[in-house]
Amino acid sequence: MGKDTQLTDRVFKSVGTRPMRPDGIDKVTGRARYGADHNMSGQLHGSILRSPHAHASIKSIDTSKAEKLKGVKAIVTAKDFKTKGITDPDLLDIIDNCMASKKAFYDGHAVAAVAAVDAKTAKAALKLIKVEYKILKHVTDVDEAVQPKAPLLNNKCFTKGVDPTPDKASNIAKRSEFGHGDVAEGFEAADVVIERTFKTGQSHQGYIEPHACVASVGPDGTGELWVCTQGHFVFRQQCAKILGLDEAKLKVTSSEIGGGFGGKTHLWVEPVALALSRKANRPVKLVMSREEVFRASGPTSATSIDIKMGVTKDGVITAAEAELRYTSGPYAGSWATLGAMTSFACYDLKNVKTVGLEVLVNRPKTTAYRAPSAPMAAFAVESMIDELADRIGMKAIDMRIQNAAKEGTRSSYGPVYGPIGIGPTLDAAKKHPHMSAPLGPNQGRGMACGFWFNFGGQSCTDLNIGSDGTATITVGTIDVGGARASLALVVAEELGIPYDQVKAVIADTTALGYNEMTDGSRGTFASSMSAIQSCRMAIADMRQRAATLWEIDVDEVVWENGHAYAGESGLNDSNSNHPPLSIADLAKSADKTGGPIAGHAQIVADGAGVSFATHICDIEVDPETGQTRVVRYTVIQDAGKAVHPTYVEGQFQGGAAQGIGWALNEEYIYGEDGRLQNAGFLDYRIPVCSDLPMIDTQILEIPNPNHPYGIRGVGETSIVPPLAAIGNAVSNATQVRMTHVPMSPPRILAAIHAEAASDD
Amino acid sequence: MNKVFLWGGLRPAAGGAEFVEIEALTIRELLRKLAERHPKLETLIDSEIAVSINGTIYQDDWSKKIPKDAEIYLLPRIEGG
Amino acid sequence: MSVLVSSIINGDNIEFACEPDETLLDALRDRVGMTGVKEGCGTGDCGACSITLDGALVCSCLVLGAEAEGRSIETVEGMSDGNVLHPLQQKFLEHAALQCGICTPGFLIAAKSLLEKNNDPTEEEVRYALAGNLCRCTGYDKIVRAVLDAAKQMRKA
Repeated sequence: MGKDTQLTDRVFKSVGTRPMRPDGIDKVTGRARYGADHNMSGQLHGSILRSPHAHASIKSIDTSKAEKLKGVKAIVTAKDFKTKGITDPDLLDIIDNCMASKKAFYDGHAVAAVAAVDAKTAKAALKLIKVEYKILKHVTDVDEAVQPKAPLLNNKCFTKGVDPTPDKASNIAKRSEFGHGDVAEGFEAADVVIERTFKTGQSHQGYIEPHACVASVGPDGTGELWVCTQGHFVFRQQCAKILGLDEAKLKVTSSEIGGGFGGKTHLWVEPVALALSRKANRPVKLVMSREEVFRASGPTSATSIDIKMGVTKDGVITAAEAELRYTSGPYAGSWATLGAMTSFACYDLKNVKTVGLEVLVNRPKTTAYRAPSAPMAAFAVESMIDELADRIGMKAIDMRIQNAAKEGTRSSYGPVYGPIGIGPTLDAAKKHPHMSAPLGPNQGRGMACGFWFNFGGQSCTDLNIGSDGTATITVGTIDVGGARASLALVVAEELGIPYDQVKAVIADTTALGYNEMTDGSRGTFASSMSAIQSCRMAIADMRQRAATLWEIDVDEVVWENGHAYAGESGLNDSNSNHPPLSIADLAKSADKTGGPIAGHAQIVADGAGVSFATHICDIEVDPETGQTRVVRYTVIQDAGKAVHPTYVEGQFQGGAAQGIGWALNEEYIYGEDGRLQNAGFLDYRIPVCSDLPMIDTQILEIPNPNHPYGIRGVGETSIVPPLAAIGNAVSNATQVRMTHVPMSPPRILAAIHAEAASDD
Repeated sequence: MNKVFLWGGLRPAAGGAEFVEIEALTIRELLRKLAERHPKLETLIDSEIAVSINGTIYQDDWSKKIPKDAEIYLLPRIEGG
Repeated sequence: MSVLVSSIINGDNIEFACEPDETLLDALRDRVGMTGVKEGCGTGDCGACSITLDGALVCSCLVLGAEAEGRSIETVEGMSDGNVLHPLQQKFLEHAALQCGICTPGFLIAAKSLLEKNNDPTEEEVRYALAGNLCRCTGYDKIVRAVLDAAKQMRKA
């Protein structure tokens, strides 16, 4: 039993326990249905033709031969997507990314699509489509793209956020700036100032399930979409606008989702499948290949970060400044903005300034990846903290503790913090046995902190009580990693019934009001807030029913432990004439007391608590090959309140593993021709089981005052510290500062050799 | 009167000011008055703004009451993965 | 021109027709309806489509449907004994060794194949035996614990 002392002194009965997940049996027996596991009657096979060029004007597309091929039922190109009347620039970018109109902006950009009776025919048809390209100069590197003479992606791109707006187009789509104080003054006051440039490669979310959907649109404009997505309501809204359909007539059902991590917050092929279906008047199934997932669904940004920090000899950081350049693919994004906001968020700084530049390049459209943009910024900042501490002869952990943000600190992105967990995670790290364990030869230990905002947003839930007193909680925020278990626990807690009497389900878009996507670590935070309100509405109703049955005033009915009690003294009133009524008792007579028992809530779940983590890791480096091995890894993170601690640990471990892959291996590699050279799991190598040790976790619970149970989101922060923690560990093992992620063996070896050469 | 701090990206549209002073009881009133005073901010307010009241970020709820003398910070809307 | 294939799938005699160049993965999913066999890559890199073919662990995306003629196939659908879960299935649930679950069928088959050869594997042996199966959610920690725990239980039985 967990105890939530700071909030309510409440002793939890269900929340904090570790039952088996409700969707578990289906997932270990093969019954669970994912994106590609669904079929519709008369369904066609959809396939997409993609640009082989990094940057090219599309002069013409001739589909006439393909159309004549037997078995081809529909072909669409950009001409089939009407943009007239659409003013939202983000939506226009989504459409252009789903189907290139004037230009192909990257290797893999969709230019045409076919629906045919089978895969073979569709493939043959794609070969018959003639696209005439005019190849243009391309740029994929972030630092090359900001050069004045770099090839321009968009000649109407005039940097936003600069006053006055420049009259010359560039690849810098937007500039954003954050901070406070006077950094020049701060650097004056420092005893040691260090300046460095850090770079990080472009990584992909790497979910194991490729994007998949089945779309069906009839001539009356009524449609259905079965799809693996992090947000079916968002997909409905956007697809309806793109296709010109009524939202109410487009039913979107979210399948089980085989991983998303941000990559399934965005439309890639779904509008194409819908357009093909409408044209053919047949259902169309469209499943991306793994190669397509890498080439044409959104990875994270590649970055280049200039950073400068100053510290006194007593360890006080006097000033911090950074310019962060993030690629956003061919379209504007807010990725550098997030990097600039999160970079110094762990620290209490008097003088801080960050500038973010969104850089257009000939790479796929950047999409969110778990705490988007924060890991790269943390790599730069946390590497610098270690180096500064080293220079003044202080332990890096002590310097972090001394400068850590706390309640009342003005954050580097603006607002003042409420109760936060960075200090406690650092204190826990200092006390952790991992910190004092002996290291072997060629091993180094590193640590790093990480921050993520978390988010809440629009949520809508229904609670329905069955005639036997069991409860169904219906949510519209999809479950990517066990949220249904957490929500069933919360409802069990609130209603006072056992966990196994609650069923949590995800509704399709026709059955519930709008819910935002499962992003920003909002799933459990926001859905539970709404679920609790739904429960409280049902409880108020049940108290009224008990009052009716007892013929007393509702004010005399007390609700405790899943029962209605009569009498002012409530729970322990042995003199009461009325034995308590359970939910099952009340459900039995529901037909006589007002009909079905239900609760509902529609809320904006604002007030998500910010999240902090500290990671510790030990790395062994082979000095002759640069090969690395992760020897030990520990994650310490604030969960606010861990609803299902096992799944919270799972989030900590999974994020750490993704960060480890990014730090050591994962990277998009482009050739001179601007084409992606490693679009597969063999060459884009994510960590496998034998690459990793057990990942130890420590959950801290610093309640979020804005949630009834103190819950904070836990999904994202765990990917923020690993890049830097591993960088610091490698640096400590080799005595060479690592500044380029991924730290692949050749890169580590080159750094060791360069350092040796400079020492000579 | 509330001090409303603007993140760097908004300042050019508000004549370079780090903060503006506005009296408002709700987020709706705050944003309306801000747009009236600085018309260039209007499109940004529509799509890109979140409001922090005493450190808690509100992204959507215009009905949210603003306590007297609360510190308001306008920042970009946050996306997540 | 389709070929007719007779094989034993999870102990049952099953006949299916498939194209000569069709993978066993596609045949199992599209012809037999065994969608518990997942496609993550189609190139033998992720292990989501792991099955056993005459007892050997294979990626079904690298085998032709026609090659299954006269052979015995086991998929995740055949792991339970009636309504009793296989100890690996049970331990995966108890340890929360799955988050999204898309890789789970492949892991279960690969782990079962390991435990049939080695009923008392070390952590390292488990990690190397499962290195052909990708999981992006869990960091493998709870998967390895579940397999070790299942092995322990199966040794007792």
